[in-house]
Amino acid sequence: MAVFKEISPNASAGAKLTNWFENRFPTAFDAYRVHMSEYYAPKNFNFWYIFGSLALLVLVIQIVTGIFLVMHYKPDAALAFGSVEYIMRDVPWGWLIRYMHSTGASAFFIVVYLHMFRGLLYGSYRKPRELVWIFGCAIFLALMAEAFMGYLLPWGQMSYWGAQVIVNLFSAIPFVGPDLALLIRGDYVVGDATLNRFFSFHVIAVPLVLLGLVVAHLLALHDVGSNNPDGIEIKGPNAPRDEKGHPLDGIPFHPYYTVHDILGVCLFLMAFSAVIFFAPEAGGYFLEYNNFIPANPFQTPAHIAPVWYFTPFYSMLRAVTTEMVYALIACIVAAAGFGVIKGKLPSIFKGVIVVAAAVAIVLMLNIDAKFWGVVVMGGAVVILFFLPWLDQSPVKSIRYRPSWHKYMFGVFVFMFMVLGYLGIQPPGAWGAWAGQDLAQRVSQVFTLGYFGFFLLMPWWSRLGEPKPVPDRVNFAAH
Amino acid sequence: MSDTPIDSSKRTWLIATGCAGAVGGVATAVPFVSSFQPSEKAKAAGAAVEVDISALKPDEKMVVAWRGKPVWIMRRTPEQVAELAKNDDKLADPKSLRKPDEFTPPYARNEQRSIKPEYFVAVGICPHLGCSPSDRFTPGAQPSLPDDWPGGFLCPCHGSTFDLAGRVYKNKPSPDNLEVPPHMYLSDTRLLIGEDKKA
Repeated sequence: MAVFKEISPNASAGAKLTNWFENRFPTAFDAYRVHMSEYYAPKNFNFWYIFGSLALLVLVIQIVTGIFLVMHYKPDAALAFGSVEYIMRDVPWGWLIRYMHSTGASAFFIVVYLHMFRGLLYGSYRKPRELVWIFGCAIFLALMAEAFMGYLLPWGQMSYWGAQVIVNLFSAIPFVGPDLALLIRGDYVVGDATLNRFFSFHVIAVPLVLLGLVVAHLLALHDVGSNNPDGIEIKGPNAPRDEKGHPLDGIPFHPYYTVHDILGVCLFLMAFSAVIFFAPEAGGYFLEYNNFIPANPFQTPAHIAPVWYFTPFYSMLRAVTTEMVYALIACIVAAAGFGVIKGKLPSIFKGVIVVAAAVAIVLMLNIDAKFWGVVVMGGAVVILFFLPWLDQSPVKSIRYRPSWHKYMFGVFVFMFMVLGYLGIQPPGAWGAWAGQDLAQRVSQVFTLGYFGFFLLMPWWSRLGEPKPVPDRVNFAAH
Repeated sequence: MSDTPIDSSKRTWLIATGCAGAVGGVATAVPFVSSFQPSEKAKAAGAAVEVDISALKPDEKMVVAWRGKPVWIMRRTPEQVAELAKNDDKLADPKSLRKPDEFTPPYARNEQRSIKPEYFVAVGICPHLGCSPSDRFTPGAQPSLPDDWPGGFLCPCHGSTFDLAGRVYKNKPSPDNLEVPPHMYLSDTRLLIGEDKKA
């Protein structure tokens, strides 16, 4: 037990009350100090550092609005669509709560994508922050599961056929696939059983996992300390400190960043409210028009596409055709050949490389392209987990990396956005070029580009001359 | 660490208890995972469906529900039936040889993929990712289709095309032809979907 603190009988009532609690629940007071008033964050944060706080804010919005939606929603295939319309039309202010939740889903992905890009820019995943990044990637995965299952609940046409397509992805897995898809659906088709279990996952299971991961993400972050736009360790062994041992380049999170973040929160809430009140469907991107038609298991809408935040990955799935599999095989042959001829490895490892490549090629020729599409789509997310080890640049921050690295990031973002755009479009959106489906060719090249960016990173990130990194962070008082 | 030597008998029992606990934990997971399976009610819903096809005119298609899936019954015109053989070299699997046990019952392993050449019965679900293809019976050039389109079905999700016998064209995402469900004629105008004579 902690030492019981006595307080002067002349102390104010407030101080006495605080002391009473601190003696009985010191953990809370320690946590406040460790995570708020004595958590020293670098003083040179720029606007990119708002998105972590905003993600937490959106999480709270989603949980609160979700609690209220569940009070009126009915997870039943016969009643679900009607109950959402009931919320929209008959429940007082129900439309606002529902639009906050549906807009919140898209807002969540916007801030999380920007938050992840910030990590990429400043090398926030580099040692010793690998686990912070990995917990973050796990949060991203959980968020995707949460969004996907939540999208089934309104039981509109897009809900139904989107779930049908995504669950069928699992059936592409050789041998266990069809049984796995059956276990996910709980029926031979997407139906009432599927709706009920997705509801359960969406409101209980995944949010619990998500909250646990967010706690792990923050605890790990506060253990190793925040990175900053200069990529300099403000709490490193040689970092300057004041007489109390606090880093000179850091400021306490509370009150400095809590107050600072209120500005970002205000700007965010202005944009968020504008969407909710003036464009809750966001032109069909946040709420797809086909989802205002009740689910009809006998008719697929003329054009189905996932919600925008999944479309880059969906494009990659669609890009994998039989021809694309040959292109992937060519990449494997090239990589294995390079490893065997150029790699300075014992011959036993070279043998392993050759055998592994041969096995991969045989599998790729014998299993449908559909399965490899699923592998590519999954791989596009899984590869993010390995980023801390793929990046071999001698400096963390883009500020001190060779200038052309900025163009690499720019091209990567461009490819990711074009993939996202094409994922919304129907097949053949850009017509034919030299007899080929142009949109499909572009998405195939950019899919290879996306993977090339990551898989070749151990080489390209080492190239070029990094600029000198200063000893102290760049900071101008304002 | 204490200097007390390890009591190997206690250690053995600790391991044994731990293993027993793990077995119990796994055993407890079985009923929970099993509850993901289709319920008895869902399994029972797979009964055969009887359909009256007397009102179906040539070049028309009707849809009935079987096991929650759309089953198409299309009455093809004699010209449409005659056209089928011309598509063969553009199709991925014109003779329905791929996974015949799953997709084509023995009595439908012919050019028309049907018992009677006129009537085509198929599950209206694309084998790619489960969308329901839409009718594109009118021949000729049109959006998303080749200029020499002879009439058939187009999957809106990923662009797979099928001819009027539900056979998939080459280089399309769908790996297989549309599934022909087990079916039999009870009389000239009554069709039973979900059961055939062998059952």
